[in-house]
Amino acid sequence: MESKNVEKTAPVKGRPKTAECRRYDTVIGLEVHIELSTKTKIFCGCSTKFGALPNTQTCPVCTGMPGSLPVLNKKVVEYAIALGLATNCRINQRTLFDRKNYFYPDNPQDYQISQLYEPICLDGYLEIAQDEGEKRGSSTASENKTGGGTSTVCKKATKTIRIHEMHMEEDAGKLTHDESEGISLVDYNRSGVPLIEIVSEPDMETAEEVIAYLEKLRMICLYLGISDCKLQEGSMRVDVNLSVKEAGSDILGTRTEMKNLNSFKAITRAIAAERERQIALLESGEKVEQETRRWDDTAGASYSMRSKEDSKDYRYFPEPDVMPVVISDAWIEEIKQRQPEFKEEKAARFEREYGIPAYDADILTQSRHLASLFEETATLSGQPKKTANWFMGELFRIIKETGKEPEEFTFSPKHAADLIVAVEEGKINQAGAKEVFAKVVLEDIEPLSYMEQHGLMSLSDEGALQAAIEEVIAENGAIVEEYRSGKDKVFGFLVGQVMKKTKGKADPGKVNELLKRNL
Amino acid sequence: MITINDTDLKKAELLAKLSIEPEKRERTMAEMEKLFGYVEKLKKVDTTGVEPLAHTSEITKENRFRRDEVTNPDGAEGTLFNAPAKKDGQFVVPKTV
Ligand SMILES: [Zn+2]
Repeated sequence: MESKNVEKTAPVKGRPKTAECRRYDTVIGLEVHIELSTKTKIFCGCSTKFGALPNTQTCPVCTGMPGSLPVLNKKVVEYAIALGLATNCRINQRTLFDRKNYFYPDNPQDYQISQLYEPICLDGYLEIAQDEGEKRGSSTASENKTGGGTSTVCKKATKTIRIHEMHMEEDAGKLTHDESEGISLVDYNRSGVPLIEIVSEPDMETAEEVIAYLEKLRMICLYLGISDCKLQEGSMRVDVNLSVKEAGSDILGTRTEMKNLNSFKAITRAIAAERERQIALLESGEKVEQETRRWDDTAGASYSMRSKEDSKDYRYFPEPDVMPVVISDAWIEEIKQRQPEFKEEKAARFEREYGIPAYDADILTQSRHLASLFEETATLSGQPKKTANWFMGELFRIIKETGKEPEEFTFSPKHAADLIVAVEEGKINQAGAKEVFAKVVLEDIEPLSYMEQHGLMSLSDEGALQAAIEEVIAENGAIVEEYRSGKDKVFGFLVGQVMKKTKGKADPGKVNELLKRNL
Repeated sequence: MITINDTDLKKAELLAKLSIEPEKRERTMAEMEKLFGYVEKLKKVDTTGVEPLAHTSEITKENRFRRDEVTNPDGAEGTLFNAPAKKDGQFVVPKTV
């Protein structure tokens, strides 16, 4: 099926890049597939659990056996409605499935059940933040905003990316190739796993806009809990439709569709390479073919996947085995009521209610789970800013170091809050607190008893501290004299000696205060 | 009356991933013409004012859903039962790339 006429995207030599940039605009639209995290497949009761032995999660329905009948999973429809509402779509209240016919071993029915004529969601949009430097007068800025933006942080320039439609469909099986034997093997565990495809309008012009749109879409899906959206693992798949046109022209160029993009980095590279390839063709008087191309990230180049004669003709027709879905106003309303507070609203509220910087609020809301841990800890400790500091500094360091997912952190906010309060009350020094904090977030220990058991409580009672200070003064007569004769610099040394004597358990503030009094 | 020529047949072969043997081509084209002729006849029916019906259930306006609960056991044996060739619990097919 794949013809291997390698058309390397050779770098265009001899032409200054700046001139090109002025002459051509890039027009990008995206088709994004997200794999839903339902327990079962879209049309049968087979599990969708990842990593099972080949073909164990299959049945007559998802392997296209004659006489089997698909029955729609209600959750798939609910997820699609929720995503549609979150992306400002109109919900199609009578939605139908269609058969998309093609022959390939990963497709056991010889058709994919998808939606063409009456997809579930229509005419939505997402607003993406635009860098100030990138903001161009001509772009479709947020004039047509419908309500919404009541928050105080909306000063940033935004751009509207329209969503053409969104539909539900089933995934295909998985093929692996056995080079030595010259055969392919088919596993149908993934066949029938529910997908939502989100089709944007060609409203993007740069890789940055593409990434911003994808990040926003991903964040919405994560907040809704409908998909884990991992590009590397294929639970989010992005096809880039790209064409170039002469700057300012209204006539769209011929577009290509780029597949096999497994990371944001690959997407960025593929966009740059495809733009260059198309410009090079046009500059040398050739035509851009409308075709599907496959990105090879190691080679940094793309290859034609389908020749022109093999062009798509899927002969769609209404799926007679799946009944039309009628979506009532009441059902939509019910789902609306269940929608979570999304990232941007949450970040704006954190800024407002907890007085934390916009930057912190943005980071703390990148995971809905961490955001709620933060909020509970901040409330319980009554120290939102300190909580933000602990999360931004220590927690994120630990997340990075352990390589764990934010969702894997399940400590009690009460424990984190107790520690933060203890620090503020001078019951433990910074170094000790870091140790305890790590224990709290990883093992959910009770911080106060841990501090006591491990001798991490600060010496805050003045008696013990006073004794240590007196010893230090007695042992360092010469230095004490220097200080008394006006050499302020040696004060730090004396503080250090007291800390050493107390094995770092003394509250430095208190040491400063007491030492000064004694000197 | 629709006529099917060799180009049409070639397109159908490509889409269906079939190849019709030379001695059967004439007969196949004639059969296809008959099929298309039947659809042509259907097209003549006057359907003005008739709402398209996707499914007979539209009369009841009731949704038929399944709950998101795993009900199927390990299906590997049944799925692979009639496989002409299998290896490591998978179907063997001619190399696709
Ligand atoms: Zn199944």
